[in-house]
Amino acid sequence: MGTGTITGDNILDRPGSRVDVVGLLGRLAPTIFLAVLVVVFWQLEPAFLSERNLLNVMRQISITGIIAVGMTFVILTGGIDLSVGSLLAFAGIVGAAVAKDARGLLAGGVTDPGGTAVLEGALAAMGIGLGAGLIHGFLVAKTRVPAFVVTLGGLSVWRGATQVFSQGQPISSFSNDFKYWGQGYVGRVPVPVIIFLAFVVLGAIVLRFTRYGRWIYAVGGNPEAARLSGLNTTGLIMSVYILSGFCAGLAGFLLTSRLNSAEVVAGQGYELTVIAAVVIGGTSLFGGEGRVLGTLVGAMLIGVLSNGLTLRNVNPYWQPIIIGIIVVLSVFVDQVAKRRRG
Amino acid sequence: MAETMTGADPAASWGPARNGTEDRVPLLRMEGIDKHFPGVHALKSVSLEVYPGECLGLVGENGAGKSTLMKILSGVYAPDAGVLTMAGAPIRLADPRQAQKLGIAIIYQEFNLCPNLSVESNVFIGREPSGAGFIHAKMLHRQTQALLNQLGVRLNPRAIVHDLSVAEQQMVEIAKALSLNARLVIMDEPTSALTETEVDALLRIIRALKERGLAVIYISHRLDEVLAICDRITVLRDGQNAGELTVAEATPEKIVRLMVGRNLDDLYRKEEAETIRPEPVLEVRHLGRTGSARDASEIVLEDVSLELRPGEIVGLAGLVGSGRTELARAIFGADRFDRGEVRIEGRPVTIRSPRDAIRQGIGLVPEDRKAQALVLKLAVRENMSLSALGRLTRLGFVRLGLERRLAREFVDVLQIRTPSLEQQVVNLSGGNQQKVVIAKWLVLQPRVLIMDEPTRGIDIGAKAEVHGLMTKLAKQGVAILMISSELPEVLGMSDRVLVMREGRIAGELPRGEATQERIMALATGVTSGETAA
Repeated sequence: MGTGTITGDNILDRPGSRVDVVGLLGRLAPTIFLAVLVVVFWQLEPAFLSERNLLNVMRQISITGIIAVGMTFVILTGGIDLSVGSLLAFAGIVGAAVAKDARGLLAGGVTDPGGTAVLEGALAAMGIGLGAGLIHGFLVAKTRVPAFVVTLGGLSVWRGATQVFSQGQPISSFSNDFKYWGQGYVGRVPVPVIIFLAFVVLGAIVLRFTRYGRWIYAVGGNPEAARLSGLNTTGLIMSVYILSGFCAGLAGFLLTSRLNSAEVVAGQGYELTVIAAVVIGGTSLFGGEGRVLGTLVGAMLIGVLSNGLTLRNVNPYWQPIIIGIIVVLSVFVDQVAKRRRG
Repeated sequence: MAETMTGADPAASWGPARNGTEDRVPLLRMEGIDKHFPGVHALKSVSLEVYPGECLGLVGENGAGKSTLMKILSGVYAPDAGVLTMAGAPIRLADPRQAQKLGIAIIYQEFNLCPNLSVESNVFIGREPSGAGFIHAKMLHRQTQALLNQLGVRLNPRAIVHDLSVAEQQMVEIAKALSLNARLVIMDEPTSALTETEVDALLRIIRALKERGLAVIYISHRLDEVLAICDRITVLRDGQNAGELTVAEATPEKIVRLMVGRNLDDLYRKEEAETIRPEPVLEVRHLGRTGSARDASEIVLEDVSLELRPGEIVGLAGLVGSGRTELARAIFGADRFDRGEVRIEGRPVTIRSPRDAIRQGIGLVPEDRKAQALVLKLAVRENMSLSALGRLTRLGFVRLGLERRLAREFVDVLQIRTPSLEQQVVNLSGGNQQKVVIAKWLVLQPRVLIMDEPTRGIDIGAKAEVHGLMTKLAKQGVAILMISSELPEVLGMSDRVLVMREGRIAGELPRGEATQERIMALATGVTSGETAA
């Protein structure tokens, strides 16, 4: 006997079940809130809705957004990845060094040679992300050390590795080829925005339509049932940390390109922004429930808020306070909606 | 035990009990209770009443509305319509605390205890006798001891709950209810995890509660218990009152007829299997495993050998803890084993994981469907296809049309009652959930199906359907190993019965020779003269 009891009669009584209004509202709450914010900022500041500003918002959220797509997969399995900010920095700086090819080039401010060197740098950054993700995933899936602990360790280790690798010095100034990925445009759309949206679409398709996506929900919803249904739960859990690491690595490359510099402190605190985006987007930290499109909305909400507040000349120190409140509020609304549904 | 109840009781404030319900004010009356959930009319004008000193049996199939009704009583749900009165006065139950204050205590199947704390801490949780913020340990101990004495339960108040048996934990729940001055105690399937002796002890305690003037609502699928302990029986069907019987006029047949709205044929199959082929499909040889989670040197399985032939249903009987579930999980690759081998159609196979087992055509319906078999938040369709997703995929993409057709087919064939294929399985009744689990394996067309307590906690109608399904599968050549703690089910369904004791196969009984007495003799190791070895 569950909460909603179902009998044969009911099927006959109501061929189309009643629309679950409360549940729907709960699900759409972040989207509605986003729309309200957009309208409010537009009214206050007509420039807010200009194409330039909107693309600007998208570009601001694109790098954390890419990581958030990977994080959505991790959180869907009931895990967490706190290492992404540090990993971004490490991957970014290694990628920068590889692109510049030799330690000798690093100090003098000479740019990288461009061309395939950029590809090598990007591959190095993504490779670092994959490798680190593999280590995290292995530890989480095989040793039963909680993901929180494994990736908390990662947060510290990769930041330290960045410092050791760079001796505390940033690696700056790159060729135009290198900078294209963070600063360039396709038509009027910034390149990182295109990459971000591609990740969102791909992530949404994978979760919704592929076998792998279904398995992610199953593992997150009930790992024991998934295992007894013949799923390779160990491999699946490992895979999401690899994906998350890969996203962080790519983000590291893009951020270096965007800033024209691989900073030692790059990505500090990103893990919190990213997790906030995923959670605001309605993905449950318990696993098994959530969507990538929700994460997109969550990331946009944070981006719009921060952009709008800046346009209104609100002291930026206020932003984290407001975002923090919204994180808690969004989960609260979700919980209320769930409770009302029974 | 009951005698000890008459001693002095510090916490007592209950009035004297009288029998007979005429011209007395019911302790609780529910009238015209209506409750809708999205897509479901769960309760349609349901009424019931219970008098002080009375035990009311509440029965109905899974999905009949019992749990919803109880959740309304406990303040978890608010009814859409209807009136609740307590001792004649209308009440509103906005939340569980209010229900508690009014003296309504509910003992759920899953206990609300903190397993890491002691018995006394649990009984008085949130209400610890204390001064200046410090717990008055002696008083806590004494009051808990007094309550346990009233119940006639021998239990150390300082014992940690997590070390107690299920039955003992239940006693802690009951003691907690008494400590709250409960006037109405509701028990939801209280005996589903108890042994026979423990059930007897529980029924004694319920009688004692009645004598003290408490009202008890007893929800159970076990009609013999309901008939043994209840004074009146209210039957629900499809969210409506189906009828009410006094215990004097009630018979199991009458109750079942009210529950399902039709006469049931015999629950268990009678006919002999005709189609058993001689060559075994599954052979287990000298399987052994040492070491459990609790004790690394414990012998869990020892020298277990068995054969399953296509088309036969083999019952696996034994006491809880005799190694039945462990054997099933070892064969299925869910747990390791360290000695022996498994053969499929004569070939030795390596099974290290459920995945390996599934590849060999073995399926497992585990004992706890919610924890081990279903992803509750996923849809009926998604749960059914979970194991077989590899076959429903093209280039990594799930073939949704094919998946939907398949799910539709099994919903029809198994008569799964669900408003749609997209319904989350958490919203289905237990019997329908179990059918989804079975469907999940049927999709794979297994050669061997191991079913661990396949009808536990599901209602009689669904039970008969599951049994019918098992018979049909056997006829199609599937070999079924059925673990069951219900001897009538074992006797009715099995072509052969294997009995386990202490990790070993204690004996085998062919269908014709199996009796409850012989099975119990093998299971307990107490041999009476005529018992088969």
